[in-house]
Amino acid sequence: MGSLALDRSKVGGGGVIHHDVIVVGGGLAGLRAAVEAKMAGIDVAVLSQVHPARSHSGAAQGGINAALGNHPDGSHDTWEMHGFDTTKGGDYLGDQDAIMQMAQDAIQVIFEMDHWGCPFSRFDDGRIAQRPFGGAGFPRCCYGADKTGHYLLHTLVEQAYKHGVKFYVEQYVTKLIVDEGACRGVVAYDMVHGGFEAFTADAVIIATGGYGRIYSNSTNAIINTGSGMAMAYRAGVPLKDMEFVQFHPTGLRSTNILMSEGARGEGAYLLNGAGERFMERYAPKFMELAPRDITARSIQTEINEGRGVNGEPYVLLDLRHLGAERILERLPGIRDLAIHFEGVDPIEAPVPIVPSQHYSMGGIDTDVNGSTVMPGLYAAGECACVSVHGANRLGGNSLLETIVFGRRAGAEVVRQLPQLLRNRPDDRTAYAAVVEIENAMKTLAERDGGERQHEVRAELTTLMKEHFGLFRDEPTMQTGLERLTAIQERVGRVGIRWTGDVFNLDMIRTYELAGMVDVALAVATGALARQESRGAHFRTDFNTRDDANWLRHTLAFHQPGAAGPRLDWKPVTLGFFELQERKY
Amino acid sequence: MKQVTLRIKRQDPRSKTNTEPRWDEFTVPFEGDNLTVLEALFYVQENQDPSLCFRYCCRAAVCGSCAMYINGAYRLACQTNIKHLEGDLVTVAPMPHVPLVRDLVCEMDDFFAKYEYIKPWLIRNSPDPEREIIQSPKERHKLDMPIDCILCGCCYSSCPSVWGEDNYLGPAALLKAHRFEVDSRDEARKERLSLWSNERGVYRCHTIMNCGEACPKELNPTEGIQWLKKAAVRRRLFGKAK
Repeated sequence: MGSLALDRSKVGGGGVIHHDVIVVGGGLAGLRAAVEAKMAGIDVAVLSQVHPARSHSGAAQGGINAALGNHPDGSHDTWEMHGFDTTKGGDYLGDQDAIMQMAQDAIQVIFEMDHWGCPFSRFDDGRIAQRPFGGAGFPRCCYGADKTGHYLLHTLVEQAYKHGVKFYVEQYVTKLIVDEGACRGVVAYDMVHGGFEAFTADAVIIATGGYGRIYSNSTNAIINTGSGMAMAYRAGVPLKDMEFVQFHPTGLRSTNILMSEGARGEGAYLLNGAGERFMERYAPKFMELAPRDITARSIQTEINEGRGVNGEPYVLLDLRHLGAERILERLPGIRDLAIHFEGVDPIEAPVPIVPSQHYSMGGIDTDVNGSTVMPGLYAAGECACVSVHGANRLGGNSLLETIVFGRRAGAEVVRQLPQLLRNRPDDRTAYAAVVEIENAMKTLAERDGGERQHEVRAELTTLMKEHFGLFRDEPTMQTGLERLTAIQERVGRVGIRWTGDVFNLDMIRTYELAGMVDVALAVATGALARQESRGAHFRTDFNTRDDANWLRHTLAFHQPGAAGPRLDWKPVTLGFFELQERKY
Repeated sequence: MKQVTLRIKRQDPRSKTNTEPRWDEFTVPFEGDNLTVLEALFYVQENQDPSLCFRYCCRAAVCGSCAMYINGAYRLACQTNIKHLEGDLVTVAPMPHVPLVRDLVCEMDDFFAKYEYIKPWLIRNSPDPEREIIQSPKERHKLDMPIDCILCGCCYSSCPSVWGEDNYLGPAALLKAHRFEVDSRDEARKERLSLWSNERGVYRCHTIMNCGEACPKELNPTEGIQWLKKAAVRRRLFGKAK
């Protein structure tokens, strides 16, 4: 087991790697935070499991919302209306002060991304193009064809190189270094060179994205396992509103790969087996552009009531009437995906789709500046919950969240750094953390409990889909929670079968599995507790929103050794918009 | 239940006992008619050989992680369905001519150092406007091809000029240089010229055009490099910065 051992040349004896700020995760939120801090002259490093240009932000397609008013039908749009749509879209669970902040910042950050070279599509007058998106009163979704995430991500990677942000690529961060209640760095597995390293910092920003892969039917990248959430959670930071899980209406039938909401933004239809545009029964005004929770449930209802295609559990996304020219100009990416992964060319035939787990509204509890309850620890992007998305995120708001709150977290760290410097950790703390993780890995390597990582993972992800999906009720969730508890025990019997030091996938995937179960338990416990239907959390046994009892955030606190979290609650910040029934 | 045989090239250059390459064969069962090479690799890693390593991330052909040499062609493992490959035997090797970390994982440090060398970011001297910088759809369309690059490294690995000259920037970095040259918002034409019109740059491209064939996104780096060559001649002869 010597091969997994600590590289003594790098760690200990004063050899601990130190940066003023460590960002964990190289997607949009992490890069934007890093660039902000670096521009202020701070020594900042990004640790990422993959090269930042490979981050899952790059898979985002449809666009990013900002009330630029560039669209002919959107010239009266305002950031206040963006705030309203976001609040209503989130079924009033979002904190309205945070939402307004995001909607206001949006305009500035979009122009900034343009000034940094992001290749947004353009209107004829040379201004940034915008398209209609779900739940939005005006066409305010800025886009670059249907590859907006890819373009934004590459632009920020470029800016990070420009400003000299230090990248530690293929570092799998396993643990926060916490001393006297403050976050003082991280421990990471160096995938390429082998061994664990300690990185100390005066501030750590977690920007590791979502946990989609705890569901078997996710649109997410394989690396989206919620590892950053699990790290913060285990360190005592609460996860907020974890029961709110977004299912995207249109994932490819066979792979759950995303078909952008931009398709419907451009006018694509949803058709059931009988060829009906069934959305007129569910959202007569907004039709296919109702918010995602409503659209996804409508699709599932059609399927459940036997109106899928040939009785099979899928419906169709029909783009044919848009014509080849428009598809090739505005939606070339999803056309390629449909051809490669579903064998269907959307120019010629409708695309089989199913609702698919897509996004986590919940996450690490932060304020509008990314601060958590733990000094020195910040979070931004999908792994964080500010909360701006409330109970259901609108399309085009996730890319926006990453950049707005990445930037704000970076700026906040710069502001707080003089104070945090006084708490600079000594290397012994870091050294002890490395020894601790080494010992944990040794335990995993010596363990032979007869359980296989991938088998337990498959059962976990299927269970989450079946018991904590689009429609929920108490008996189903109760059974699910019991199964989850059993899985938690099984995870304790999964061992590492190969102990080589370079690119050890067996170790990474075994280690991350335990974190996935922790996150899943937070989702499940929150869902079972919340006895109402709000946004993406829909209960057939409590099928209406209950503002009197449930207009509040859920906080899940990790309980070491226990089957699930301890729950607490926190009020929602209102003050801008009156509570209304949500109709589209 | 169908099955396919994977013949995977294995090598650990840093092993203390055996650094030689070898080929291992694995049989992968699957149902239905969809199995990607990436899924097959996961099956092997999980069920047959936990030491196998490869890169993965998006599994939707947008992140560029899983570029490999499959049945003698550059492909993304996630985008390659077994049913589209001929025969029952699928050979999987790391991208050739690129230093190896282990098994199917290549060392990409040089690749990204060359990317960084060409200053892959927008450079402007004039103050930023309050709103967006105006760019016509026609100007924007000039970016269509180069901005779709996912930096997977297939073109770089396929280029004989890269094999023969370590210093050559290669097709991906030069395509990125082209991307900023044709961006109407960029204002560093003079500065950029010296980055790619030099002994590391465009003149080492001999239009062998392997890069276009290798690209899993069907881009054509040669086209971008040829554009740069023409621009260099124009600028040096006529002093025009267009």
